[in-house]
Amino acid sequence: MRAVALSLRHELIGLAGVVERNVYLTRRYIYWDLAFFVWTVANTLTIVFIAEGIEAAGGQIDVERATTTLLIGAVVWAYLGIIFEFLTETVAWERWEGTIEYTFMAPLSRAMHLGGSGVFAVLYGLIRAILLFVVVAAFFGLAFDDANFVAALVVLVVASISFFGIGMMTAVLPLISPEKGAQLGFVAQGMLLVVSGVYYPVEVLPQWMQWLATISPATYALEGIRAAILDGAPLSSMWPQIWPLLVIGAASIPLGLAIFNRGEVYAKRHGKLKRSG
Amino acid sequence: MRELSPVPPDALAVDARDLRKEFVRKDRKRGKRRVAALDDVTLKLARGECVAILGQNGSGKSTLVRLLSTLLLPDGGGATVFGYDVVRDGKAVRRLVNRVSVEASFFKKMSPSENLHYAARFYGMTVSETRDQIPLILERVGFPSDRRGEPMENLSRGMQQKVALARALLTSPVLLLLDEPTTGLDPRSKLEVQEFIREMRSVHDSTILLCTHDLDEAEALAERVGILDAGRLLALEPAAELKQRYGAETLEEAFFAATGRGFEDEQDELDAEERKVLA
Repeated sequence: MRAVALSLRHELIGLAGVVERNVYLTRRYIYWDLAFFVWTVANTLTIVFIAEGIEAAGGQIDVERATTTLLIGAVVWAYLGIIFEFLTETVAWERWEGTIEYTFMAPLSRAMHLGGSGVFAVLYGLIRAILLFVVVAAFFGLAFDDANFVAALVVLVVASISFFGIGMMTAVLPLISPEKGAQLGFVAQGMLLVVSGVYYPVEVLPQWMQWLATISPATYALEGIRAAILDGAPLSSMWPQIWPLLVIGAASIPLGLAIFNRGEVYAKRHGKLKRSG
Repeated sequence: MRELSPVPPDALAVDARDLRKEFVRKDRKRGKRRVAALDDVTLKLARGECVAILGQNGSGKSTLVRLLSTLLLPDGGGATVFGYDVVRDGKAVRRLVNRVSVEASFFKKMSPSENLHYAARFYGMTVSETRDQIPLILERVGFPSDRRGEPMENLSRGMQQKVALARALLTSPVLLLLDEPTTGLDPRSKLEVQEFIREMRSVHDSTILLCTHDLDEAEALAERVGILDAGRLLALEPAAELKQRYGAETLEEAFFAATGRGFEDEQDELDAEERKVLA
Protein backbone atom coordinates (compact mmCIF):
# COMPACT_ATOMS: atom_id res chain seq x y z
CA MET A 1 0.00 0.00 0.00
CA ARG A 2 2.81 2.37 0.94
CA ALA A 3 4.63 1.55 -2.29
CA VAL A 4 1.49 2.36 -4.29
CA ALA A 5 1.09 5.69 -2.50
CA LEU A 6 4.77 6.52 -3.02
CA SER A 7 4.59 5.54 -6.68
CA LEU A 8 1.49 7.69 -7.18
CA ARG A 9 3.21 10.61 -5.46
CA HIS A 10 6.20 10.28 -7.81
CA GLU A 11 3.88 10.12 -10.80
CA LEU A 12 2.06 13.29 -9.78
CA ILE A 13 5.37 15.09 -9.17
CA GLY A 14 6.41 14.01 -12.68
CA LEU A 15 3.14 15.33 -14.13
CA ALA A 16 3.76 18.65 -12.35
CA GLY A 17 7.27 18.62 -13.85
CA VAL A 18 5.88 18.56 -17.39
CA VAL A 19 3.60 21.48 -16.55
CA GLU A 20 6.56 23.31 -14.98
CA ARG A 21 8.69 22.75 -18.09
CA ASN A 22 5.96 24.12 -20.33
CA VAL A 23 5.71 27.19 -18.11
CA TYR A 24 9.48 27.73 -18.52
CA LEU A 25 9.26 27.31 -22.28
CA THR A 26 6.23 29.56 -22.64
CA ARG A 27 8.07 32.23 -20.67
CA ARG A 28 11.10 31.91 -22.95
CA TYR A 29 9.00 32.06 -26.12
CA ILE A 30 6.49 34.64 -24.91
CA TYR A 31 7.07 37.09 -27.77
CA TRP A 32 6.51 34.32 -30.31
CA ASP A 33 3.31 33.46 -28.50
CA LEU A 34 2.20 37.08 -28.77
CA ALA A 35 2.94 37.01 -32.50
CA PHE A 36 0.89 33.82 -32.91
CA PHE A 37 -1.91 35.38 -30.92
CA VAL A 38 -2.00 38.31 -33.33
CA TRP A 39 -2.18 35.81 -36.21
CA THR A 40 -5.05 33.96 -34.49
CA VAL A 41 -6.94 37.23 -34.00
CA ALA A 42 -6.46 38.11 -37.68
CA ASN A 43 -7.56 34.64 -38.75
CA THR A 44 -10.63 34.81 -36.53
CA LEU A 45 -11.55 38.23 -37.91
CA THR A 46 -11.47 36.89 -41.46
CA ILE A 47 -14.06 34.29 -40.45
CA VAL A 48 -16.26 36.46 -38.28
CA PHE A 49 -16.52 39.24 -40.90
CA ILE A 50 -18.40 36.73 -43.07
CA ALA A 51 -21.58 37.52 -41.13
CA GLU A 52 -21.40 41.20 -42.05
CA GLY A 53 -20.44 40.23 -45.58
CA ILE A 54 -23.63 38.20 -46.00
CA GLU A 55 -25.73 41.15 -44.87
CA ALA A 56 -23.84 43.50 -47.20
CA ALA A 57 -24.55 41.10 -50.05
CA GLY A 58 -28.28 41.34 -49.34
CA GLY A 59 -28.70 38.30 -47.11
CA GLN A 60 -31.36 38.46 -44.41
CA ILE A 61 -29.66 37.38 -41.20
CA ASP A 62 -29.38 38.42 -37.56
CA VAL A 63 -25.85 39.78 -37.92
CA GLU A 64 -25.01 39.90 -34.23
CA ARG A 65 -26.17 36.32 -33.68
CA ALA A 66 -24.37 35.08 -36.80
CA THR A 67 -21.21 36.97 -35.76
CA THR A 68 -21.28 35.35 -32.32
CA THR A 69 -21.95 31.91 -33.84
CA LEU A 70 -18.91 32.26 -36.10
CA LEU A 71 -16.80 33.67 -33.27
CA ILE A 72 -17.56 30.67 -31.06
CA GLY A 73 -16.61 28.33 -33.91
CA ALA A 74 -13.34 30.16 -34.49
CA VAL A 75 -12.48 30.20 -30.78
CA VAL A 76 -13.16 26.47 -30.41
CA TRP A 77 -11.05 25.85 -33.53
CA ALA A 78 -8.19 27.85 -32.03
CA TYR A 79 -8.57 26.12 -28.66
CA LEU A 80 -8.53 22.67 -30.21
CA GLY A 81 -5.48 23.68 -32.23
CA ILE A 82 -3.60 24.56 -29.05
CA ILE A 83 -4.53 21.28 -27.33
CA PHE A 84 -3.43 19.20 -30.32
CA GLU A 85 -0.31 21.29 -30.85
CA PHE A 86 0.92 20.86 -27.28
CA LEU A 87 0.19 17.14 -27.23
CA THR A 88 1.80 16.53 -30.60
CA GLU A 89 4.79 18.57 -29.53
CA THR A 90 5.21 16.35 -26.48
CA VAL A 91 7.21 14.14 -28.82
CA ALA A 92 8.05 16.45 -31.72
CA TRP A 93 9.65 19.20 -29.66
CA GLU A 94 11.67 16.79 -27.54
CA ARG A 95 12.93 15.08 -30.64
CA TRP A 96 13.98 18.43 -32.06
CA GLU A 97 15.77 19.41 -28.84
CA GLY A 98 17.32 15.95 -28.53
CA THR A 99 15.89 15.37 -25.04
CA ILE A 100 13.45 12.66 -26.03
CA GLU A 101 15.63 9.75 -24.94
CA TYR A 102 16.15 11.26 -21.49
CA THR A 103 12.43 11.73 -21.08
CA PHE A 104 11.58 8.23 -22.29
CA MET A 105 14.18 6.60 -20.03
CA ALA A 106 12.82 8.39 -16.96
CA PRO A 107 10.62 6.37 -14.59
CA LEU A 108 7.41 8.23 -15.39
CA SER A 109 4.36 6.54 -16.84
CA ARG A 110 3.31 7.72 -20.27
CA ALA A 111 -0.14 8.60 -18.91
CA MET A 112 1.37 11.15 -16.53
CA HIS A 113 3.86 12.38 -19.10
CA LEU A 114 1.12 13.08 -21.62
CA GLY A 115 -1.20 14.15 -18.82
CA GLY A 116 1.23 16.92 -17.87
CA SER A 117 1.20 18.19 -21.45
CA GLY A 118 -2.60 17.93 -21.48
CA VAL A 119 -3.08 19.83 -18.21
CA PHE A 120 -0.83 22.65 -19.38
CA ALA A 121 -2.45 22.70 -22.81
CA VAL A 122 -5.93 23.04 -21.29
CA LEU A 123 -4.86 25.84 -18.91
CA TYR A 124 -2.91 27.70 -21.58
CA GLY A 125 -5.59 27.05 -24.22
CA LEU A 126 -8.33 28.39 -21.97
CA ILE A 127 -6.42 31.63 -21.36
CA ARG A 128 -5.76 32.07 -25.08
CA ALA A 129 -9.37 31.18 -26.00
CA ILE A 130 -10.84 33.62 -23.47
CA LEU A 131 -8.49 36.40 -24.63
CA LEU A 132 -9.32 35.71 -28.27
CA PHE A 133 -13.04 35.78 -27.54
CA VAL A 134 -12.77 39.05 -25.58
CA VAL A 135 -10.60 40.82 -28.17
CA VAL A 136 -12.74 39.86 -31.19
CA ALA A 137 -16.04 40.46 -29.34
CA ALA A 138 -14.78 43.92 -28.38
CA PHE A 139 -13.73 44.55 -31.99
CA PHE A 140 -17.29 43.92 -33.20
CA GLY A 141 -18.88 45.54 -30.15
CA LEU A 142 -20.88 42.42 -29.38
CA ALA A 143 -23.19 42.53 -26.36
CA PHE A 144 -23.82 39.43 -24.31
CA ASP A 145 -26.67 40.47 -22.05
CA ASP A 146 -28.04 36.99 -21.47
CA ALA A 147 -24.90 34.94 -21.92
CA ASN A 148 -24.06 32.27 -19.36
CA PHE A 149 -20.26 32.25 -19.57
CA VAL A 150 -19.83 29.91 -16.60
CA ALA A 151 -21.88 27.20 -18.32
CA ALA A 152 -19.93 27.74 -21.56
CA LEU A 153 -16.64 27.37 -19.70
CA VAL A 154 -17.80 24.20 -17.95
CA VAL A 155 -18.78 22.65 -21.29
CA LEU A 156 -15.40 23.55 -22.79
CA VAL A 157 -13.53 22.05 -19.82
CA VAL A 158 -15.58 18.83 -19.96
CA ALA A 159 -14.99 18.64 -23.72
CA SER A 160 -11.28 19.01 -23.08
CA ILE A 161 -11.21 15.50 -21.61
CA SER A 162 -12.18 14.09 -25.00
CA PHE A 163 -9.91 16.50 -26.88
CA PHE A 164 -7.05 15.31 -24.67
CA GLY A 165 -7.82 11.66 -25.48
CA ILE A 166 -7.87 12.34 -29.22
CA GLY A 167 -4.76 14.52 -28.88
CA MET A 168 -2.90 11.55 -27.40
CA MET A 169 -3.68 9.63 -30.58
CA THR A 170 -2.13 12.40 -32.67
CA ALA A 171 0.84 12.74 -30.29
CA VAL A 172 2.04 9.32 -31.40
CA LEU A 173 2.40 10.42 -35.02
CA PRO A 174 5.84 12.08 -34.65
CA LEU A 175 7.08 8.84 -33.09
CA ILE A 176 6.10 6.91 -36.19
CA SER A 177 7.03 9.57 -38.72
CA PRO A 178 9.58 12.01 -37.30
CA GLU A 179 9.49 14.17 -40.44
CA LYS A 180 5.77 14.53 -41.14
CA GLY A 181 4.00 13.22 -38.04
CA ALA A 182 3.54 16.56 -36.32
CA GLN A 183 1.71 18.06 -39.30
CA LEU A 184 -0.79 15.21 -39.25
CA GLY A 185 -2.12 16.64 -35.98
CA PHE A 186 -3.60 19.48 -38.04
CA VAL A 187 -5.31 16.93 -40.27
CA ALA A 188 -6.99 15.38 -37.23
CA GLN A 189 -8.06 18.82 -36.00
CA GLY A 190 -9.62 19.69 -39.37
CA MET A 191 -11.37 16.33 -39.70
CA LEU A 192 -12.85 16.68 -36.24
CA LEU A 193 -14.19 20.16 -36.77
CA VAL A 194 -15.51 19.77 -40.32
CA VAL A 195 -18.08 17.24 -39.12
CA SER A 196 -18.90 19.13 -35.92
CA GLY A 197 -20.64 22.21 -37.25
CA VAL A 198 -17.83 24.58 -36.55
CA TYR A 199 -19.30 27.46 -38.63
CA TYR A 200 -22.65 25.97 -39.71
CA PRO A 201 -25.39 23.73 -38.33
CA VAL A 202 -24.61 20.01 -38.45
CA GLU A 203 -27.92 19.55 -40.28
CA VAL A 204 -26.47 21.00 -43.51
CA LEU A 205 -23.94 18.15 -43.73
CA PRO A 206 -24.48 14.97 -45.78
CA GLN A 207 -26.01 12.16 -43.75
CA TRP A 208 -22.78 10.18 -43.34
CA MET A 209 -21.04 13.28 -41.97
CA GLN A 210 -23.93 13.85 -39.58
CA TRP A 211 -23.40 10.36 -38.27
CA LEU A 212 -19.74 11.17 -37.68
CA ALA A 213 -20.84 14.36 -35.94
CA THR A 214 -22.60 12.29 -33.27
CA ILE A 215 -19.30 10.74 -32.18
CA SER A 216 -17.30 13.97 -32.35
CA PRO A 217 -16.89 15.71 -28.98
CA ALA A 218 -16.55 19.07 -30.78
CA THR A 219 -20.21 18.80 -31.89
CA TYR A 220 -21.46 18.75 -28.29
CA ALA A 221 -18.94 21.36 -27.20
CA LEU A 222 -20.07 23.78 -29.91
CA GLU A 223 -23.77 23.09 -29.24
CA GLY A 224 -23.38 23.63 -25.50
CA ILE A 225 -21.23 26.74 -25.75
CA ARG A 226 -23.53 28.34 -28.32
CA ALA A 227 -26.60 27.56 -26.22
CA ALA A 228 -24.93 29.09 -23.14
CA ILE A 229 -23.64 32.24 -24.85
CA LEU A 230 -26.36 32.93 -27.42
CA ASP A 231 -29.39 31.85 -25.40
CA GLY A 232 -28.11 32.03 -21.82
CA ALA A 233 -28.91 28.34 -21.28
CA PRO A 234 -28.29 27.27 -17.67
CA LEU A 235 -25.83 24.51 -16.86
CA SER A 236 -28.70 22.33 -15.61
CA SER A 237 -30.04 22.18 -19.19
CA MET A 238 -26.69 21.08 -20.63
CA TRP A 239 -26.91 17.40 -19.72
CA PRO A 240 -27.69 16.34 -23.35
CA GLN A 241 -24.31 17.84 -24.30
CA ILE A 242 -22.36 16.89 -21.16
CA TRP A 243 -23.13 13.18 -20.95
CA PRO A 244 -21.92 12.39 -24.50
CA LEU A 245 -18.79 14.40 -23.76
CA LEU A 246 -18.16 12.34 -20.62
CA VAL A 247 -18.76 9.08 -22.48
CA ILE A 248 -16.47 10.06 -25.39
CA GLY A 249 -13.87 11.25 -22.88
CA ALA A 250 -14.03 8.00 -20.91
CA ALA A 251 -13.49 6.05 -24.13
CA SER A 252 -10.95 8.29 -25.85
CA ILE A 253 -8.42 8.59 -23.01
CA PRO A 254 -7.70 4.85 -22.58
CA LEU A 255 -7.86 4.43 -26.35
CA GLY A 256 -5.46 7.34 -26.89
CA LEU A 257 -3.07 5.96 -24.30
CA ALA A 258 -3.22 2.47 -25.80
CA ILE A 259 -2.47 3.86 -29.26
CA PHE A 260 0.42 5.92 -27.94
CA ASN A 261 1.84 2.90 -26.12
CA ARG A 262 1.65 0.85 -29.32
CA GLY A 263 3.49 3.65 -31.11
CA GLU A 264 6.14 3.75 -28.42
CA VAL A 265 6.74 0.01 -28.69
CA TYR A 266 7.02 0.38 -32.47
CA ALA A 267 9.53 3.23 -32.05
CA LYS A 268 11.60 1.20 -29.57
CA ARG A 269 11.49 -1.85 -31.79
CA HIS A 270 12.65 0.06 -34.88
CA GLY A 271 14.98 2.55 -33.23
CA LYS A 272 12.86 5.59 -34.05
CA LEU A 273 13.20 7.44 -30.77
CA LYS A 274 16.49 8.69 -32.06
CA ARG A 275 17.78 7.80 -35.47
CA SER A 276 21.50 8.23 -35.06
CA GLY A 277 24.27 8.84 -32.55
CA MET B 1 13.55 5.92 -6.11
CA ARG B 2 15.43 2.92 -4.75
CA GLU B 3 12.57 2.31 -2.35
CA LEU B 4 10.35 1.52 -5.33
CA SER B 5 13.00 -0.59 -7.10
CA PRO B 6 14.92 -2.28 -4.28
CA VAL B 7 18.33 -3.56 -5.32
CA PRO B 8 18.90 -7.19 -4.26
CA PRO B 9 22.34 -7.42 -2.61
CA ASP B 10 23.47 -10.42 -4.66
CA ALA B 11 22.09 -9.33 -8.06
CA LEU B 12 24.43 -8.55 -10.91
CA ALA B 13 24.34 -4.91 -11.96
CA VAL B 14 24.04 -5.99 -15.59
CA ASP B 15 23.45 -9.48 -16.87
CA ALA B 16 23.08 -9.55 -20.66
CA ARG B 17 22.77 -12.86 -22.44
CA ASP B 18 22.95 -13.26 -26.21
CA LEU B 19 21.62 -9.74 -26.55
CA ARG B 20 20.75 -8.99 -30.13
CA LYS B 21 19.43 -5.94 -31.97
CA GLU B 22 18.84 -5.64 -35.68
CA PHE B 23 17.80 -2.70 -37.80
CA VAL B 24 16.35 -2.70 -41.26
CA ARG B 25 18.56 -1.15 -43.87
CA LYS B 26 17.28 -0.19 -47.27
CA ASP B 27 19.43 0.47 -50.29
CA ARG B 28 18.80 0.47 -54.01
CA LYS B 29 21.23 -2.32 -54.85
CA ARG B 30 20.33 -4.88 -52.21
CA GLY B 31 16.84 -3.77 -51.23
CA LYS B 32 15.66 -4.27 -47.67
CA ARG B 33 17.86 -6.27 -45.32
CA ARG B 34 18.36 -6.69 -41.61
CA VAL B 35 21.68 -5.60 -40.17
CA ALA B 36 22.79 -6.74 -36.72
CA ALA B 37 23.82 -3.73 -34.64
CA LEU B 38 24.41 -5.98 -31.66
CA ASP B 39 25.21 -9.61 -32.36
CA ASP B 40 24.46 -11.99 -29.45
CA VAL B 41 26.38 -10.05 -26.83
CA THR B 42 26.83 -11.63 -23.42
CA LEU B 43 28.29 -9.60 -20.57
CA LYS B 44 28.01 -9.31 -16.82
CA LEU B 45 28.83 -6.37 -14.59
CA ALA B 46 29.20 -6.84 -10.85
CA ARG B 47 27.80 -4.19 -8.54
CA GLY B 48 30.23 -1.29 -8.10
CA GLU B 49 32.33 -2.31 -11.08
CA CYS B 50 33.45 0.00 -13.87
CA VAL B 51 33.62 -1.63 -17.29
CA ALA B 52 34.75 0.15 -20.42
CA ILE B 53 33.62 -0.89 -23.87
CA LEU B 54 35.89 0.12 -26.74
CA GLY B 55 34.60 0.24 -30.23
CA GLN B 56 34.47 2.33 -33.32
CA ASN B 57 31.53 4.34 -34.56
CA GLY B 58 28.91 1.84 -35.60
CA SER B 59 30.30 -0.95 -33.47
CA GLY B 60 27.10 -1.14 -31.39
CA LYS B 61 28.13 0.73 -28.21
CA SER B 62 25.20 3.15 -28.25
CA THR B 63 22.81 0.34 -29.12
CA LEU B 64 24.00 -1.54 -26.03
CA VAL B 65 23.46 1.55 -23.87
CA ARG B 66 20.00 2.10 -25.34
CA LEU B 67 18.96 -1.49 -24.77
CA LEU B 68 20.06 -1.33 -21.13
CA SER B 69 18.26 1.97 -20.61
CA THR B 70 15.01 0.55 -22.12
CA LEU B 71 15.09 2.89 -25.14
CA LEU B 72 15.27 -0.05 -27.54
CA LEU B 73 13.65 -3.46 -27.44
CA PRO B 74 15.94 -6.42 -28.14
CA ASP B 75 15.35 -8.77 -31.07
CA GLY B 76 16.97 -11.67 -29.28
CA GLY B 77 18.42 -12.67 -25.94
CA GLY B 78 17.77 -10.57 -22.89
CA ALA B 79 19.24 -8.42 -20.17
CA THR B 80 18.60 -7.64 -16.54
CA VAL B 81 19.68 -4.66 -14.47
CA PHE B 82 19.99 -5.55 -10.78
CA GLY B 83 17.70 -8.49 -11.46
CA TYR B 84 15.03 -6.46 -13.29
CA ASP B 85 14.33 -7.42 -16.87
CA VAL B 86 14.82 -4.51 -19.29
CA VAL B 87 11.65 -5.42 -21.21
CA ARG B 88 9.26 -6.76 -18.56
CA ASP B 89 10.33 -4.49 -15.68
CA GLY B 90 11.14 -1.38 -17.69
CA LYS B 91 9.96 1.08 -15.09
CA ALA B 92 11.94 -0.58 -12.29
CA VAL B 93 15.05 -0.46 -14.49
CA ARG B 94 14.48 3.20 -15.34
CA ARG B 95 14.45 4.09 -11.64
CA LEU B 96 17.96 2.69 -11.26
CA VAL B 97 19.64 3.87 -14.45
CA ASN B 98 20.81 7.16 -15.84
CA ARG B 99 22.95 8.06 -18.77
CA VAL B 100 25.40 10.68 -19.97
CA SER B 101 25.94 10.67 -23.70
CA VAL B 102 28.15 12.43 -26.16
CA GLU B 103 25.44 14.99 -26.83
CA ALA B 104 24.39 16.98 -23.79
CA SER B 105 20.72 17.07 -24.76
CA PHE B 106 18.72 19.84 -23.14
CA PHE B 107 16.00 22.35 -23.87
CA LYS B 108 18.26 25.00 -25.33
CA LYS B 109 16.17 28.02 -24.37
CA MET B 110 15.88 26.86 -20.77
CA SER B 111 18.60 27.49 -18.22
CA PRO B 112 20.70 24.76 -16.58
CA SER B 113 18.73 25.24 -13.40
CA GLU B 114 15.37 24.93 -15.19
CA ASN B 115 16.50 21.85 -17.13
CA LEU B 116 17.61 20.17 -13.94
CA HIS B 117 14.40 21.02 -12.10
CA TYR B 118 12.44 19.47 -14.95
CA ALA B 119 14.59 16.32 -15.07
CA ALA B 120 14.43 15.86 -11.30
CA ARG B 121 10.62 15.90 -11.24
CA PHE B 122 10.59 12.77 -13.41
CA TYR B 123 12.44 11.03 -10.59
CA GLY B 124 9.93 12.16 -7.97
CA MET B 125 11.95 15.04 -6.52
CA THR B 126 9.89 17.88 -5.08
CA VAL B 127 10.51 21.62 -5.43
CA SER B 128 11.84 21.86 -1.88
CA GLU B 129 14.35 19.08 -2.58
CA THR B 130 15.62 20.45 -5.87
CA ARG B 131 15.76 24.05 -4.65
CA ASP B 132 18.56 23.10 -2.26
CA GLN B 133 20.21 20.29 -4.18
CA ILE B 134 20.58 21.75 -7.66
CA PRO B 135 22.90 24.65 -6.68
CA LEU B 136 25.04 22.22 -4.67
CA ILE B 137 25.29 19.69 -7.47
CA LEU B 138 26.09 22.34 -10.08
CA GLU B 139 28.81 23.62 -7.79
CA ARG B 140 30.10 20.09 -7.31
CA VAL B 141 30.57 19.59 -11.08
CA GLY B 142 32.33 22.95 -11.32
CA PHE B 143 29.56 24.88 -13.01
CA PRO B 144 29.86 28.64 -12.32
CA SER B 145 27.01 29.87 -10.14
CA ASP B 146 26.57 33.13 -12.06
CA ARG B 147 25.61 31.23 -15.24
CA ARG B 148 22.89 29.01 -13.78
CA GLY B 149 20.14 31.20 -15.19
CA GLU B 150 21.52 31.55 -18.73
CA PRO B 151 19.91 29.66 -21.60
CA MET B 152 21.76 26.44 -22.42
CA GLU B 153 22.32 27.65 -25.98
CA ASN B 154 24.72 30.31 -24.64
CA LEU B 155 26.96 27.74 -22.95
CA SER B 156 30.03 25.99 -24.35
CA ARG B 157 29.95 22.27 -25.01
CA GLY B 158 32.11 21.62 -21.94
CA MET B 159 29.71 23.62 -19.77
CA GLN B 160 26.72 21.76 -21.20
CA GLN B 161 28.41 18.46 -20.45
CA LYS B 162 28.85 19.55 -16.83
CA VAL B 163 25.12 20.13 -16.63
CA ALA B 164 24.61 16.64 -18.11
CA LEU B 165 26.78 15.21 -15.34
CA ALA B 166 24.79 17.18 -12.77
CA ARG B 167 21.59 15.72 -14.23
CA ALA B 168 22.94 12.20 -13.78
CA LEU B 169 24.21 12.92 -10.27
CA LEU B 170 20.90 14.45 -9.24
CA THR B 171 19.03 11.17 -9.68
CA SER B 172 21.66 9.06 -7.84
CA PRO B 173 21.69 6.25 -10.41
CA VAL B 174 22.85 2.84 -9.25
CA LEU B 175 23.88 2.08 -12.82
CA LEU B 176 25.41 4.90 -14.82
CA LEU B 177 25.69 4.43 -18.57
CA LEU B 178 28.30 6.70 -20.10
CA ASP B 179 28.23 6.87 -23.86
CA GLU B 180 31.37 8.69 -25.00
CA PRO B 181 30.99 11.35 -22.29
CA THR B 182 34.32 13.04 -23.01
CA THR B 183 34.27 13.04 -26.81
CA GLY B 184 34.94 16.54 -28.10
CA LEU B 185 35.86 17.99 -24.72
CA ASP B 186 39.05 19.95 -24.06
CA PRO B 187 41.71 18.19 -21.93
CA ARG B 188 40.74 20.00 -18.74
CA SER B 189 37.02 19.22 -19.09
CA LYS B 190 37.94 15.64 -19.90
CA LEU B 191 39.87 15.29 -16.65
CA GLU B 192 36.96 16.83 -14.72
CA VAL B 193 34.56 14.28 -16.21
CA GLN B 194 36.94 11.45 -15.36
CA GLU B 195 37.19 12.74 -11.79
CA PHE B 196 33.41 12.80 -11.65
CA ILE B 197 33.27 9.16 -12.76
CA ARG B 198 35.64 8.17 -9.96
CA GLU B 199 33.51 10.05 -7.46
CA MET B 200 30.30 8.40 -8.66
CA ARG B 201 31.87 5.06 -7.88
CA SER B 202 33.52 5.87 -4.58
CA VAL B 203 30.87 8.13 -3.02
CA HIS B 204 27.65 7.00 -4.68
CA ASP B 205 28.41 3.30 -5.10
CA SER B 206 27.43 3.44 -8.76
CA THR B 207 28.18 0.74 -11.27
CA ILE B 208 29.52 2.23 -14.48
CA LEU B 209 29.41 1.10 -18.07
CA LEU B 210 31.68 3.40 -20.03
CA CYS B 211 31.51 3.30 -23.82
CA THR B 212 34.41 5.23 -25.22
CA HIS B 213 36.82 5.89 -28.04
CA ASP B 214 39.46 6.95 -25.59
CA LEU B 215 41.82 4.07 -24.88
CA ASP B 216 43.69 5.87 -22.11
CA GLU B 217 40.45 6.78 -20.43
CA ALA B 218 39.28 3.18 -20.54
CA GLU B 219 42.52 1.92 -19.07
CA ALA B 220 42.59 4.56 -16.34
CA LEU B 221 39.01 4.15 -15.16
CA ALA B 222 37.86 0.61 -15.79
CA GLU B 223 38.59 -2.69 -14.09
CA ARG B 224 37.71 -4.55 -17.27
CA VAL B 225 37.83 -3.49 -20.88
CA GLY B 226 35.68 -4.94 -23.63
CA ILE B 227 36.20 -4.76 -27.37
CA LEU B 228 33.03 -4.44 -29.40
CA ASP B 229 33.41 -4.79 -33.13
CA ALA B 230 30.60 -4.92 -35.69
CA GLY B 231 28.15 -5.73 -32.90
CA ARG B 232 30.21 -8.60 -31.47
CA LEU B 233 31.91 -8.49 -28.09
CA LEU B 234 35.31 -9.95 -28.87
CA ALA B 235 36.83 -9.74 -25.42
CA LEU B 236 36.07 -8.48 -21.92
CA GLU B 237 38.81 -8.64 -19.34
CA PRO B 238 41.22 -6.44 -17.36
CA ALA B 239 43.33 -4.24 -19.63
CA ALA B 240 46.56 -6.02 -18.60
CA GLU B 241 45.12 -9.43 -19.47
CA LEU B 242 43.76 -8.11 -22.73
CA LYS B 243 47.20 -6.88 -23.74
CA GLN B 244 48.76 -10.14 -22.62
CA ARG B 245 46.27 -12.24 -24.53
CA TYR B 246 47.05 -10.42 -27.79
CA GLY B 247 50.75 -10.04 -27.05
CA ALA B 248 50.35 -6.26 -27.20
CA GLU B 249 52.06 -3.49 -25.33
CA THR B 250 49.19 -1.03 -25.60
CA LEU B 251 45.41 -1.25 -25.73
CA GLU B 252 45.53 0.15 -29.24
CA GLU B 253 47.68 -2.75 -30.36
CA ALA B 254 45.39 -5.19 -28.57
CA PHE B 255 42.41 -3.62 -30.35
CA PHE B 256 44.20 -4.01 -33.67
CA ALA B 257 45.05 -7.64 -32.94
CA ALA B 258 41.49 -8.43 -31.87
CA THR B 259 39.70 -6.74 -34.74
CA GLY B 260 42.31 -6.85 -37.48
CA ARG B 261 41.90 -3.11 -37.86
CA GLY B 262 43.56 0.00 -36.49
CA PHE B 263 41.52 1.89 -33.93
CA GLU B 264 41.64 5.19 -35.79
CA ASP B 265 41.79 3.84 -39.36
CA GLU B 266 38.60 1.94 -38.90
CA GLN B 267 36.52 5.10 -38.77
CA ASP B 268 36.89 5.47 -42.51
CA GLU B 269 36.03 1.91 -43.34
CA LEU B 270 32.38 2.12 -42.45
CA ASP B 271 30.38 4.36 -44.66
CA ALA B 272 28.33 7.08 -43.03
CA GLU B 273 25.01 5.42 -43.73
CA GLU B 274 26.14 2.12 -42.25
CA ARG B 275 27.23 3.86 -39.09
CA LYS B 276 23.88 5.60 -38.85
CA VAL B 277 22.08 2.29 -39.06
CA LEU B 278 24.29 0.58 -36.55
CA ALA B 279 24.67 3.39 -34.04
